[in-house]
Amino acid sequence: MLNPDQKLNPKIFDLQVEQVPIRDGFGDGLLEAGSQNKNIVALCADLVESTRMNLFADKFPERYIEVGVAEQNLVTVASGLAAMGKIPFTSSYAMFSPGRNWEQIRTTICYNDRPVKIVGSHAGISVGPDGGTHQAIEDIALMRVLPRMTVVVPADSIEAKKATSAIAKTTSPAYIRLARNKSVVVTTDESPFELGVANMLVCPNKPEVALIACGPMVHRALVAAKKLESENIMVSVTNLHTIKPLDEKTIKRITKEAGAVVTVEEHQIAGGMGSAVAEFLVQNLPVPMTIMGINDDFGQSGEPSELLDHYGLGVEAIVETVKKVLARKTN
Amino acid sequence: MEALTDDKKEFLIDKANLIRQSIIESLVEAGSGHTAGPLGMTDIFTALYFHVMRHDPQNPTWPERDRLVLSNGHICPVLYATMAHAGYFPITELSTLRKFGTRLQGHPHREYLPALETSSGPLGAGLSQAVGMALADKLDFGEAGSGRYIYALLSDGEFGEGNTWEAFMLGAKYKLHNLIAIIDRNNIQIDGYTENVLPLEPLADKLASFNWHVIEIDGHNFDDIIDAVGEAQAVYGKPTVIIAHTIPGKGVAEFERKYEWHGKPPTKEEGQKALAELRTLAGKIKSEHE
Repeated sequence: MLNPDQKLNPKIFDLQVEQVPIRDGFGDGLLEAGSQNKNIVALCADLVESTRMNLFADKFPERYIEVGVAEQNLVTVASGLAAMGKIPFTSSYAMFSPGRNWEQIRTTICYNDRPVKIVGSHAGISVGPDGGTHQAIEDIALMRVLPRMTVVVPADSIEAKKATSAIAKTTSPAYIRLARNKSVVVTTDESPFELGVANMLVCPNKPEVALIACGPMVHRALVAAKKLESENIMVSVTNLHTIKPLDEKTIKRITKEAGAVVTVEEHQIAGGMGSAVAEFLVQNLPVPMTIMGINDDFGQSGEPSELLDHYGLGVEAIVETVKKVLARKTN
Repeated sequence: MEALTDDKKEFLIDKANLIRQSIIESLVEAGSGHTAGPLGMTDIFTALYFHVMRHDPQNPTWPERDRLVLSNGHICPVLYATMAHAGYFPITELSTLRKFGTRLQGHPHREYLPALETSSGPLGAGLSQAVGMALADKLDFGEAGSGRYIYALLSDGEFGEGNTWEAFMLGAKYKLHNLIAIIDRNNIQIDGYTENVLPLEPLADKLASFNWHVIEIDGHNFDDIIDAVGEAQAVYGKPTVIIAHTIPGKGVAEFERKYEWHGKPPTKEEGQKALAELRTLAGKIKSEHE
């Protein structure tokens, strides 16, 4: 079922599959990038361990700047550092950065065209018990409307490491969205990763629906696809890790093949990954489509899996949505 | 920095007058923009560009240059006029201010005019960018620094922004003695007098308690301005903030001290009257036009 070219973790459907917080990959990636390029500096707003920036801070204390609980300062100081040739990475929870400092990011980073890399951890409702105040489900929308901003949502810790390395090498502003909890490691070190190039994880001969997911939802989409396969419904699964720039070529290809699309993300339906896909498809290749996400609501306390189920992002919900879209297509 | 001779002081006074004239002319031509702040800060900009700063108008991106970060971007007519008079671009280009296709955007955009260090307009974000620049210098050159100074120009109204105070805290934490902030303390903002809108006083005490070296000056006295910058450059182990007491609309009696002139340009008639006043000011003007 899995596309062999993607060299995915063969154990992804096992109950005992390895799970690692996606943010861990960022910590490793930043440490590696910092070792390779002395112009990389890191700034954090009082969450250094929680965002895994501590690996860099411990190794390169002279290049680490602790700004305190001050997210507006976090990104504007980073802009000033970038003006002098540095490549700053900033980290906080996504709810606070970019949640609280959007205008500063717009004016001093994007409008100024400074290569600041914004890392928003603890994004999505899977943050869990901390509750709705800490569950950023608007950040993709906030970042993807900004000209020049690259937006990446890694599917697992390995991809987060690769994404961190990749954005460290670009000269443009970038945003990486990280989830807090342990997530199934879907990819391997050998899996391909290129910014702006979506990965087709499952590509059956005659797919009936194209499933597109990002972040931890990629694993759920794969499990849903397997379940659908057992019911003889063949779907393709694509990991759209880069939401901006959008991989229009791949989206066009998988949409043509399947003729119907379902997107899945841990974000508001309005303005997120599915919206980005819909904006492209409605103008180029309109097909029956459903965007799965949080429907104009806030999160709440709970365990990640029960929250995802409650807000309609469980495997069963994906399966049912695919069937409904399929019915729209055939009618 | 060289000492200020009497001749140089005369030169600066004359230059400031010409820059004020250019500000008035460009605002009349634009038909919109801010009047009070630019005129109030003209003497400080003149001192910085014609005496204090290490810079090269022929090579605006010279890496060794001092940096000037204008936080309150709305006073950009004075920045543009001073840069034009310093030779960054032709003085005639000032007539394009705020017009379609101009490099002189209504609020500064650094990509349109490469000699700018940053884009600004939304308030409160300039000092923190200057903190970042000063930090970068410290990272690369250590405590002794590169010899470059980072100048941040702020308005008093933008102390309403939390971001400004965050930057003051961080500048003190990292003991950035290569950072010099200059506050345009003109006591006005859009909705009225600062002490009525959101009281700032005792501002000097507040900033001293944030562990900055604080100097208060008359922002229209070149001896004061240049002495204060010299003192700031000599301070070790903490950043300096210069509270420059200025008169909004300085140089044109009709505009002075009136918050109504914060955000509007002179009409053609008002502009002509203002130019006539500037050109005869105290008999000191040796205008190129006369």
